[in-house]
Amino acid sequence: MNGVRYLVSGDSALTVEFGNEISPEINRKIRAFKLALEAANIEGIVETIPTYRSLLICYRPEVIRYGALIDALEHVGASMDSITLPPPSVVEIPVLYGGEAGPDLGHVASVHGLTEKEVVEIHSSREYLIYMLGFIAGFPYLGGMDKQIATPRLETPRVKIEGGSVGIAGEQTGVYPVASPGGWQLIGRTPVKLYDAEREKPVLLEAGQYIRFCPVSEETYREIERQVENGTYSCRVYEKEAE
Amino acid sequence: MGVKFISGGALTTIQDMGRFGYQETGMPVSGVMDKRSAALANLLVGNRTEEAVLEITMLGPAIEFTEDNIVAVTGADLGAKLNGAEFPRYEAVLVRAGQTLSFSGIRSGSRAYVAFAGGLDVPQVMGSKSTNLKSVIGGLNGRKIGAGDAIGFAAPKTFLPNMKKRRLKPEDFSAKEHTLRVVMGPQDDCFTEQGIATFLGSAYTISNEYDRMGCRMQGPVIEHKNGGDIITDGISFGSVQIPSHGNPIVMMADHQTTGGYTKIATVVSVDLPVLAQSLPGQKIRFERIEIEEAQDLLCSWMEELGRLDREWNTVTEPASDVQAVALSAALCEQKTNFSSQGTYRIVVNGEEFLVELQKETEPFRE
Repeated sequence: MNGVRYLVSGDSALTVEFGNEISPEINRKIRAFKLALEAANIEGIVETIPTYRSLLICYRPEVIRYGALIDALEHVGASMDSITLPPPSVVEIPVLYGGEAGPDLGHVASVHGLTEKEVVEIHSSREYLIYMLGFIAGFPYLGGMDKQIATPRLETPRVKIEGGSVGIAGEQTGVYPVASPGGWQLIGRTPVKLYDAEREKPVLLEAGQYIRFCPVSEETYREIERQVENGTYSCRVYEKEAE
Repeated sequence: MGVKFISGGALTTIQDMGRFGYQETGMPVSGVMDKRSAALANLLVGNRTEEAVLEITMLGPAIEFTEDNIVAVTGADLGAKLNGAEFPRYEAVLVRAGQTLSFSGIRSGSRAYVAFAGGLDVPQVMGSKSTNLKSVIGGLNGRKIGAGDAIGFAAPKTFLPNMKKRRLKPEDFSAKEHTLRVVMGPQDDCFTEQGIATFLGSAYTISNEYDRMGCRMQGPVIEHKNGGDIITDGISFGSVQIPSHGNPIVMMADHQTTGGYTKIATVVSVDLPVLAQSLPGQKIRFERIEIEEAQDLLCSWMEELGRLDREWNTVTEPASDVQAVALSAALCEQKTNFSSQGTYRIVVNGEEFLVELQKETEPFRE
């Protein structure tokens, strides 16, 4: 494949690198290649992990050796152009902004000379591409936040951030799937569980999807929280309009 | 019924060969740190190599059996005792209900494995019984084992074929210096020639920051071309990350699926057990080999496991009618001679059989 590098990642994994930057174009290529690879159903491949720059392919060398795998991948690459990517879906994540749920909303607003309402509007008016999941189970790496609300991390990280917290770190925005220490500026919280080991599908989101944050009132937040506990809540999902 | 823990030890968890198929959601693979020891423990007791075992770290638990079962202890020598008497490593042993398996302390290595014939009765979560403490899943409700915990046996056995052959020379983990073979990449091009030479030519000391996620080492600084940060990329078990401080961190069983540091090389699969059994303060050197050789080594190891499995665990065809008659005749002969074992030549309808009778599997006696 043109412009693609095959990198050895041990005796049981291979990195197919598509570029060295964060861009929707590279993300699309990785997604298309992953789909083509799944369709090709090459024996010996255990699983694949998409990241910003590459696809890590875990394989069993006792079934397929390094050289044979690269030949097979070249073959898949040649058929990649005929793959039409399904239109990505957008998952709506309800968020209670500010107050106890988002203790740093005021700080973020004042840094940029905006009102809290304006920060919420800017943050919730976009669809964010999920480039990849990593760091911990269910953590989405999102792209495309408005630079107007980019805010440096806290100087002293918090010891514990509640699961569901929505935050800003530099030019990135994200959601903590489970409680964890961290230095993000917290602007809100969602009652939706991005990761729940008890659920049939433990991780809610997939790389290649988009998410949109929807501001909700405290009352709605509590209601959704109840439904999440009962297992009756499901996020609204819609098809993304072509760009 | 199965085992009851009188104490849990420092870090005892249930692990199998790992949780595959969910890394794209950020879920780590987990699984045993030393796959060789765990696979051998399982084969010794007639299990598939992938069955869940107990991974015991440094200070072992005290385990009371509430049901008979055949077990094997492999990996580190942590001073295994049954009712206070020395318990053999790398050997299938029948343990009786009421007996207690305990560990007196580290002699060599750091992680011991206990396999139980028929496996442990814990549910699979996302296709695996492995415990991941950070994601709170697998094993015993996603946590380490403590005093008062009980785990049932799935299908315990008091007899296995070839019982006398089910033993191996215990592996020796007493060395204080180790050479780990690596294949270079995926980001070896982010280092200067000098940096690569330092990595392959120096000894690194394992620090105290060594857990199931990773093993940090200290030694001569490995020089980058442009720092140790990259745009986040996938990680393998054995990846040697070099952040900007220039010292190695080897990614172990609970490693994150992705990370933003340069990875100079990856430890080959057959040498990961050596690192898994190493202790802080010990010295590590890295030796470069090519991918083809690394894969040859792994395939030979898989073949070796297959050979042991066939040798111990091949189930023979059910006896034919004539064979059954020969067997009965041999048993009668044995009874007449008051013998507990022996080889008998029996002729049935003109066909000659050599029947070898063994004693029943004996339980462990202190």
